[in-house]
Amino acid sequence: MSLEGAIAAHRFGLGARPGEIDRASRDPKTWLLTQINTPAEAPVPLDGGSFRTGGELVVEMLQYQREQAMARRNGGGGDPVKKFFQTRVKMFNDELAARYAHGFTTDKPFAERLVWFWSNHFVVSAQNPRATTLVGAFEREAIRPNITGKFEDMVLAATSHPAMLLYLDNAQSVGPDSTAGQRFGKGRNENLGRELMELYTLGVDGGYTQADVIAMANILTGWTLNPAGQNNGFAYYENRHEPGDVTLRGRTYPPTLEGGIAAIKDLANDPATARHIAAKLATHFIADVPPPASVARLEKTFKETRGDLRALAHAIVEDPAAWTPGAGKMRTPVEYVTAGYRMLDLPKGDSAATDKQVRGALAAARLMGQVPLAPPAPKGWPDTSDAWSGPDAVLMRIEWAKQVGHAMPPTLDAAAIAEMGMGPLLQPDTKTLMARAESQSDALAFLICSPEFQRR
Amino acid sequence: MTTRRTILKTMAAAGALSIWDAPIRYAFASAATDRRFVVVIQRGAMDGLAAVPPHGDKDYSSVRGSLAIANPLDLDGFFGLHPALTNVKAMYDAKEAAVFQNICSPYRDRSHFDGQNVLETGGTGPHVLQDGWLNRALTPLGLGDGEHALAVAQTAPLLLSGPARTTTWMPAVLPAPDEAFLARTRQLYARDPALLASLNSAMDMQAQAQNAMDDPAARGAMGGGGNGYGNLTPLFTGAGKLLAAAEGPRVAVLDTGGWDTHFNQGSSDGQLARRLQALDGGLDALKTALGSAWSKTAIVMATEFGRTVHPNGSGGTDHGTGGAAFIMGGAVAGGAVHAEWTGLSAAALQDGRDQPARTDLRALFKGLLAEHMGVSNAALQSTIFPDSAGAAPLKGLIRA
Repeated sequence: MSLEGAIAAHRFGLGARPGEIDRASRDPKTWLLTQINTPAEAPVPLDGGSFRTGGELVVEMLQYQREQAMARRNGGGGDPVKKFFQTRVKMFNDELAARYAHGFTTDKPFAERLVWFWSNHFVVSAQNPRATTLVGAFEREAIRPNITGKFEDMVLAATSHPAMLLYLDNAQSVGPDSTAGQRFGKGRNENLGRELMELYTLGVDGGYTQADVIAMANILTGWTLNPAGQNNGFAYYENRHEPGDVTLRGRTYPPTLEGGIAAIKDLANDPATARHIAAKLATHFIADVPPPASVARLEKTFKETRGDLRALAHAIVEDPAAWTPGAGKMRTPVEYVTAGYRMLDLPKGDSAATDKQVRGALAAARLMGQVPLAPPAPKGWPDTSDAWSGPDAVLMRIEWAKQVGHAMPPTLDAAAIAEMGMGPLLQPDTKTLMARAESQSDALAFLICSPEFQRR
Repeated sequence: MTTRRTILKTMAAAGALSIWDAPIRYAFASAATDRRFVVVIQRGAMDGLAAVPPHGDKDYSSVRGSLAIANPLDLDGFFGLHPALTNVKAMYDAKEAAVFQNICSPYRDRSHFDGQNVLETGGTGPHVLQDGWLNRALTPLGLGDGEHALAVAQTAPLLLSGPARTTTWMPAVLPAPDEAFLARTRQLYARDPALLASLNSAMDMQAQAQNAMDDPAARGAMGGGGNGYGNLTPLFTGAGKLLAAAEGPRVAVLDTGGWDTHFNQGSSDGQLARRLQALDGGLDALKTALGSAWSKTAIVMATEFGRTVHPNGSGGTDHGTGGAAFIMGGAVAGGAVHAEWTGLSAAALQDGRDQPARTDLRALFKGLLAEHMGVSNAALQSTIFPDSAGAAPLKGLIRA
């Protein structure tokens, strides 16, 4: 086991499963980069079957809305709402459970980390009731297939996905001077236009004005849901699109779908976007305050390759600053419980036990403060250590460590698990404390709440 | 202190944190006996000289220094109980509890893991036997059907592991990490300022919450051991209720931790005192929950070994040899201290540092299985405690 192998499994991966550090140690960089040579597998429902697509979910949701409207007209109203709410929460929890379970067992943890990173960049939060059922489909359809593609393709896939169109209110955005706008007196919604620039591409300091926001919102008018579910649930309606050419940041685009796509591609390849994405990636994989040289290198790669995300992933892995040993960033709650389960080779047992263990992890991360795919705002979950290391969160992590330790068979050899799971990252004082622990369960608990395990 | 923690605890109570506890399923088949036998394990090596101070020993105060218990609850003019053990004292006065000193398993080294292995397997040394002595006792008792032996744990401890079938149960709210566990975690965080600052702040909040509850009325309402750290009441109450059921389990194992007091263990007050108080509250809760089944109950409470006689350099004690054990219950012949006491002078100590082991814990376990549960001597000697001929079953442990 080499130190680099252990860093690969922990800093770039999701924490080492048994044997993983050994495999990574042969050639850590190749071990990581091979993982993104083939498409990232998607999570599957714990109880078998398959998840519905974004298009199918749009059809279902519109059907529900019709039922609800009819119930209201008939003086009822409560039942379809209640029914949908219950369905909604269950669907989201099933999606989450599948996502967690996939993280616990995947042998492409670096690919999964990239998926999680991009899902927390192009945020669609389940906290918005209109988007709750669609967040899983969004990740599967807009993010997962694009983690090694062009950034512009990911921006386009995200922007045109029904989940995003609902989450940031673009589905209802109608050009005020369009045929539909004139007839129904409807108007534009700036939400997606603004966030597309502020969060997803240029960045808050990316140099755009309120006029640019309105221009982008005009460009996106008519981008909405496809009630038949075709085209992945996306439709462009010309009769809702604001007429006339639009000038955005000095470039002019025609009032067509193609014009919109061109505008989005230009934003995706803007120098400000390169800087913004480089800084976010470096912050995620290297440090809360990454070395400026690392950011500059990623920015250069982004510009030279026109946002080739595989090239960016390679650039991070090749950056010596990313391999510095020593205390790294705090794991987010979902990364923390995932690393714990991977080290302990969980879940274990029959399908009922597996289900229970997976949902236990989900609940634990929630108590530590994080529900993946459901951040409070479009900015996503924070990506710096201080956000996850408040007193209550730390105590919750220790309590969880203790509970997990005591949930494992007391005959486990904690020292062997530590050796296998941490390799050279295991610190001598942790080892000593584990050896002196009053039970194997406590020894495991100390390992799981040790600083080297809380950080990556 | 009604803060986010309270809310989180409430969520935990709703089951969010019960990691994979299985619901209890009892077929309520009739049991072969109406006697109840409970083993309470104290993992980490409980300090016998703090729990059962020999205040009448001329050397006690001097060898123990700042750790000496100044105000013990006197038992027989020579031995006493730690002042936190008020409920155990009441049981002793009612002749429902007896105390053992200078007792230990046959294990003579000082590793927790190996010591617990010997305590639980009943072997002559670590890893000599592969399963627990209490499990091996289940078949001769006719209690090995999976319904009548209960581990209050998420997975059965070694003591109850083996070929006979058992069950497990844990309350939805698991006990919070005990103070000793948090103190050690804090050591680990010495090299991580951010984690250390957060943990210190969280522990301060806990302490404040605890102080706020430190008036007797509030404590009573919490069931005795109801402080923030390692409250054992839910665990012991749950076990007692299950054991009280007419056709429920007859044998149970309760696990307690937090006894490995290397640092600042305190004397009448302090870390160990709070742990003992939580245990005392738990034992009282167990008695209450057992109800009328208490009269048919024997509880034995033991640890893997004792601690050093002299305090170490950090206000605590290190791993030792002989220590204390307890038996409690309505069926127990209590009101006595059983000790082959040899004093605390330097010459009397094992390896110059430990209480000697004058009584073999296996003799105590065998005595209880024989007198209370009616296990035959043949079963005790052959399968349950093989190679224990030198540890003859103690007699007179159970009321005639």
